[in-house]
Amino acid sequence: MKKTSKLALDGYVWGYLMVAPTIIGLIVLNIVPFFQTIYMSFSKSKAFGAYQFCGLENYIEMFKSPEFWKATWNSIYFCILTVPIGVFLALLVAVLLNAKIKGKTAFRAIYFLPMVVAPAAVAMVWKWIFNTEYGILNSLLGKNIRWLTDPKIVLITCAIVAIWSAIGYDAVLLLSGIQNISRTLYEAADLDGASKVQQFFHITLPMVSPTLFVVLIMRLMSSLKVYDLIYMMVEQSNPALTSAQSLMYLFYRESFVAGNKGYASAIVIWTVLLIGIVTVFQFIGQKKWVNYEV
Amino acid sequence: MKSMKASKNVSTIVTYTALVLGSVTMIFPFLWMLLTSFKTQSEAMAIPPKILPSGWELTNFFTALQSLPFTNLYLNTGLMILFRVICAVVFSSMAGYAFAKLNFPGKNLLFGLVLMQMMLPSQIFIIPQYQMLAKMGATNSIFALVFPGLVSAFGTFFLRQAYMGIPNEIAEAAYLDGCNKWQTFVKVMFPLTGSSMAALAIFTAVFAYADLMWPLICNTDLNMMTLSAGLSTLNGQYTTNFPVLMAGSLLAMIPMLILYLLFQKQFIEGIAMTGGK
Repeated sequence: MKKTSKLALDGYVWGYLMVAPTIIGLIVLNIVPFFQTIYMSFSKSKAFGAYQFCGLENYIEMFKSPEFWKATWNSIYFCILTVPIGVFLALLVAVLLNAKIKGKTAFRAIYFLPMVVAPAAVAMVWKWIFNTEYGILNSLLGKNIRWLTDPKIVLITCAIVAIWSAIGYDAVLLLSGIQNISRTLYEAADLDGASKVQQFFHITLPMVSPTLFVVLIMRLMSSLKVYDLIYMMVEQSNPALTSAQSLMYLFYRESFVAGNKGYASAIVIWTVLLIGIVTVFQFIGQKKWVNYEV
Repeated sequence: MKSMKASKNVSTIVTYTALVLGSVTMIFPFLWMLLTSFKTQSEAMAIPPKILPSGWELTNFFTALQSLPFTNLYLNTGLMILFRVICAVVFSSMAGYAFAKLNFPGKNLLFGLVLMQMMLPSQIFIIPQYQMLAKMGATNSIFALVFPGLVSAFGTFFLRQAYMGIPNEIAEAAYLDGCNKWQTFVKVMFPLTGSSMAALAIFTAVFAYADLMWPLICNTDLNMMTLSAGLSTLNGQYTTNFPVLMAGSLLAMIPMLILYLLFQKQFIEGIAMTGGK
């Protein structure tokens, strides 16, 4: 009896020692900053880095700002533009890669390529391709579309690049989900004379739906907090900036360019709430279409 | 039977056509970047566009190398990735093992902190993190670049799962052989999670390399920037000189591209393993 308790105590000590670096790090780097950001969103910055509580002032100012509402809409619109098409195309690529074909690894590597190059570099080449006067795309189309400066088009342009960047990553995740589906299901369907299209809708889609759900949630969250791609594609001097500015772009400009850290904190809190709401709806909605029975 | 074979051939052709068309779309931007980086500015802006450059001179690359301190950028990015990977793997292994295999009071509560960090977007921490760094006088340093990645909640979560997959009997056998908890971990359990640690290392490296907001904020001195951040300053410097911009972008992506070509399988499988983050 005494021995086991000593053993348990030994386990306690090692347990605490081993989680200590991570837990201390999380408290200092994340937990305390989390509460500080909440506090800052209710305060105004004063001289010498001091803060003064100001109640809901930042939030009132934020809700009155057209720029803020535009940024909120831009973030949501960006999701609408990128998530359904992007995930659909990724699923398509995954299904194609799952077929019995030669050069599978080569194809997979090619689609995955944008993942390993920084978004900053990716944005640079796309800006060149989309350039109004000299870009190759307008030359090929024989048009003069202002891809990056027309307020109506600029976010669509960014969405195209975002979809291009994410397809390979999502496809690799979906492919590993598809590969887990038992071959016998397809063999049985073949014997019953089901076509490939029928097999996709009645076997592949339901069986891969848990993975699809994870990809969808992940893509929604990262699209709602999009920043780097738009920052690189649409610089702050671009006349179409307000038509492309996402919430996190606005956050960056308010906190680190304009120095309104209290106001910026309110923006980030709003974004977290928005992501939370969307995620909750996703989890409610999943019951209708995600199939967890194996 | 014959018609079935024919339809199979048709579907194979459709599959290949779709995959090849997709691949062309994926590769074209990189190819165009490469071709443009060798053109003169007037060649790049020629109407109708010229596909191939007239010569293969490296002028644009030299201009890019002069405009940005690339040696520093490579070094800063490399060191940031190295330290973030070491921190993530070492600390997350320890914590992941403890959460998976040891019992101590408050374990679930502490693991709750890990999950909470994973749920929240990193931007919610960024202003206080910056203020902390500024108070320490540590902006414009390698430490600043590593700072938010000193510990990894995701890594802890991920490696906890790896350790949970290892049977308890292995640890018990080591314990009976006279290993204490720490020795059991270091000598027996830790080496068993090799593939998970490699996946975490790749995941950490890829995302650290891509990160833009934090490096832009914490290191404003050009000599202390990462490749991504440095590239964004080039953006304002040469708004219209696309050959130089392409050469600079190419220089920034080459190291990771080479690593990817060498370890393509590990990259993709590592990311697939960590998938869902």
